Amino acid sequence: MAETNHARRFVTIWLVCSLVALPLVIFVLGPILPPGKASAEASGQVTDNTVLLAMATPVLLLVVIYLFYAIIAFRQPKGGVLEGPAVRGDARLQTAWIVITSVLVLSLAAYGTIRLEQGYGAGSGNGPTPLVVPKGPKLQVQVIAQQWAFTYRYPSYGGVETTHLELPVGQTVELHVTSIDVIHSFWAYQLGIKADANPGVDNIIFVKPTTEETFEIHCAELCGVWHGYMYDHGHVVSQGAFETWIHQQQAYFAPATKVLPPYAKTYTPEPTRRAE
Amino acid sequence: MSTTAAAAPTPQPVGRPLWRRLVGFNLLTAVLLGIGGYYLGWFIGHQIDGKSFEFREKIDENDVALLLAYIFGVFGFLIGLGFANYPVSRLLGRPPSLREKEEQGIGRYFGLCTDHKVVGIQYLVGIGLFFFIGGLNAMLIRTELLKSSPTFVGPNQYLSLVGMHGTMMMGMMTSGILGPFANYFVPIMIGARRMAFPRIEALTFWLLMAAGFILTSTLFFGGFPTGWTGYAPLNDQAVMGMDSYIVFFALVGISMCLLGLNMMATIITMRAPGLTWSRLPIFVWSVFATSILMVLAAPMLIATLSMAALDRTINTSFFVAGGGGSSYLFENLFWFFGHPEVYILALPGFGIVLELLPVFTRKPLWGYRLAVSGMLGVSLLSFFVWQHHLFVSGINADLRPFYMLSTEIISIPTGFIFMCVMGTLWKARTSFSVPMLFCLGWTFNFLIGGLSGVFLSDTPSDTTTHGSFFVMAHFHYTIMGGLIFTFFAAIYYWIPKMVGLKFNERLAKIHFWGMFISFNSTFLPLFVLGMEGMPRRVSFYEPKLHTLNVWVSISAFVLGLSMLVFLVNVVYSLIFAKRKAEANPWRSKSLEWQVPTPVPINNFEQIPIFDSDPYDYGVPPLTVGGSAAAPAGV
Repeated sequence: MAETNHARRFVTIWLVCSLVALPLVIFVLGPILPPGKASAEASGQVTDNTVLLAMATPVLLLVVIYLFYAIIAFRQPKGGVLEGPAVRGDARLQTAWIVITSVLVLSLAAYGTIRLEQGYGAGSGNGPTPLVVPKGPKLQVQVIAQQWAFTYRYPSYGGVETTHLELPVGQTVELHVTSIDVIHSFWAYQLGIKADANPGVDNIIFVKPTTEETFEIHCAELCGVWHGYMYDHGHVVSQGAFETWIHQQQAYFAPATKVLPPYAKTYTPEPTRRAE
Repeated sequence: MSTTAAAAPTPQPVGRPLWRRLVGFNLLTAVLLGIGGYYLGWFIGHQIDGKSFEFREKIDENDVALLLAYIFGVFGFLIGLGFANYPVSRLLGRPPSLREKEEQGIGRYFGLCTDHKVVGIQYLVGIGLFFFIGGLNAMLIRTELLKSSPTFVGPNQYLSLVGMHGTMMMGMMTSGILGPFANYFVPIMIGARRMAFPRIEALTFWLLMAAGFILTSTLFFGGFPTGWTGYAPLNDQAVMGMDSYIVFFALVGISMCLLGLNMMATIITMRAPGLTWSRLPIFVWSVFATSILMVLAAPMLIATLSMAALDRTINTSFFVAGGGGSSYLFENLFWFFGHPEVYILALPGFGIVLELLPVFTRKPLWGYRLAVSGMLGVSLLSFFVWQHHLFVSGINADLRPFYMLSTEIISIPTGFIFMCVMGTLWKARTSFSVPMLFCLGWTFNFLIGGLSGVFLSDTPSDTTTHGSFFVMAHFHYTIMGGLIFTFFAAIYYWIPKMVGLKFNERLAKIHFWGMFISFNSTFLPLFVLGMEGMPRRVSFYEPKLHTLNVWVSISAFVLGLSMLVFLVNVVYSLIFAKRKAEANPWRSKSLEWQVPTPVPINNFEQIPIFDSDPYDYGVPPLTVGGSAAAPAGV
């Protein structure tokens, strides 16, 4: 029976390839996946990316191996005019496909939802009233985006506004992202956090840095001509070093802090407009 | 326009003197009236005065004038082409005529023509032109990214290029398959002699051409810095070039909406006897599903852009936070259009692949009903996923699980299409002609595009990939790998019917392999770049990403070269070699291959009667060669 042969041979090839590929994906590729382990949020994403990749790999292999198999096995001989079998479908196979893909997709959505409820979505813009708030004391930092720089206000340190971001290691940080002109997006790549900065909106994210290191800060939403230059480095430092740094900043920016508007969740200055 | 000039044109005898042919409603008149209308609008805009327009003097820019100029220009252009003639003559009580300008000769391609076959070819050439302009922008973008800081065009021009590339492709290519191929082949496939609304059909094409010209003109007004998404409030502070974007996309929206309406009306009302819904060619189904999206989504775009234009000109505050508006409103409205929009681009591709596979595998389409429900499912679900573009924006954070679910569910109907492709390939007798190669290319590309979408639909994982090059790679895989590959499949498959000439097969194969390999070599590394932390739309990036960017740029240039191979093939095969194509080179059983080439003006002597779908391939063996018995009626 040539028929069973093809099906069985294909399934065997696919199973073998998947069984070889899956451990490679999970144990070799998984640990080196971005964005790294610099914070609890980033590590969570590495786990998520590994799970998603592990689910996608067999599907990818299924279709790709199928394509190659079909291209190699089922050819029209050169110049031939042979017809294939007039099969218009297979109810059992179609049902199985619908059921399997639905189960896969729904379990993906369930997985994502559970992770979100567990707080792994804490690093992506939660809006003004986050659904899941990490327990324990939190250091509040406000990220103010404008064309074309980020500045940072520390309300618990007299509302000082700094031009660089430093965070203490091992401390949960509550970042309030807002903008005073157009839409920006605050992206600290190694920390695995991203939140749009909207004018008049207080967009909250949480992050708990776990290692002392330097991280990149990008603007991830097109905000005008120098969008690409909204780029900086932030530092995760030890608790002691952070205290030293923030007191230096307080002293250095003291004259400026006096004339700053009082700390608020959002600032909506008179917008710069064309038609005025 | 005087009323005498509005008399309904009668078919003109060929061979009149040149000067006589230049006077009347044609492209020349249209251009002249378009320019006239433009300056009239410009003049009026500068005459309007008032307190709120004092800003003009300060910045030496006048949005009101430019918007009016564009709008009046478009009206002048359309009147010059003769679109007002019919309504005016009906208002004057003249008898209705069904169609106009259907004389033979090359002239009908350069004006208002209601023959759906002419409109199809007009679309193909017109859209092809703007596709190459958009592609050229991409080449310039990649040239800039050869260096990690802007050296070639500078950040301002760079943003204009990015915006123009994105807008050109997302705007013009919405009709990339529906314009040329659905207009040409849907009436033939369903056994009709024309589209339901032939004048509207012509209107959609000329609106699109006017729109493309307007978008290109943004270069003279400083370009626009917002990319194709045009987010407020950035669009509120942009220079006059932004108005070109607004008018362009609004015109595209109108064109899209009318095209969809026309297609739906045609498919619903004009099917020949016996062509039940379950016998409809799958390509026609995909056109139908796309039309639903076009009709429902495009009005949203037009409304959104009108609001943006009002914000820019008369100081309304729809999208300005300081004035009581919200930037979220623009994002919501835009993506409520924008997400169906990407399926408007993808769905016709599904149709092409499923339509072509049976021909080249010599098997019936496997799982016809599954394919239809897949397409309708995609088009329905695509209205419920738009906020996945706003996962990190902070809006409705508690609704993220819902949008995650709906986004992931949409991969179930998309999976139906893959099942049908795989089922059709099983035990087939596949011959690897060029259209088939492009279909197989689609299968691979769209698979990568779809699977990478999983990482974007999952909220925690999206945190990193959002707004990065990962997204960029993802949608290039679905749109370029999906739409453009099938666009070329359709060109290679149907050109022998449309113009009666054959492509050079060797050049076509070079085109395919060059395009397929360089496409993957361009966009696969972009996934890595995005994961490594490169945001979209920047001309300034970290040095550690330089090597990979150079690799991508070089691949992109090869991709551009492969397009040149295609152009060479077009010029060589269709202008110089002119080898006649066989009547039915692919031995297709679809109805469009059974009518003579060139297709007669009324398509059929007699309206055909259908007794099956067009996928009657496979054993029991049938007569082969060009003379295959017509499966679809007489």
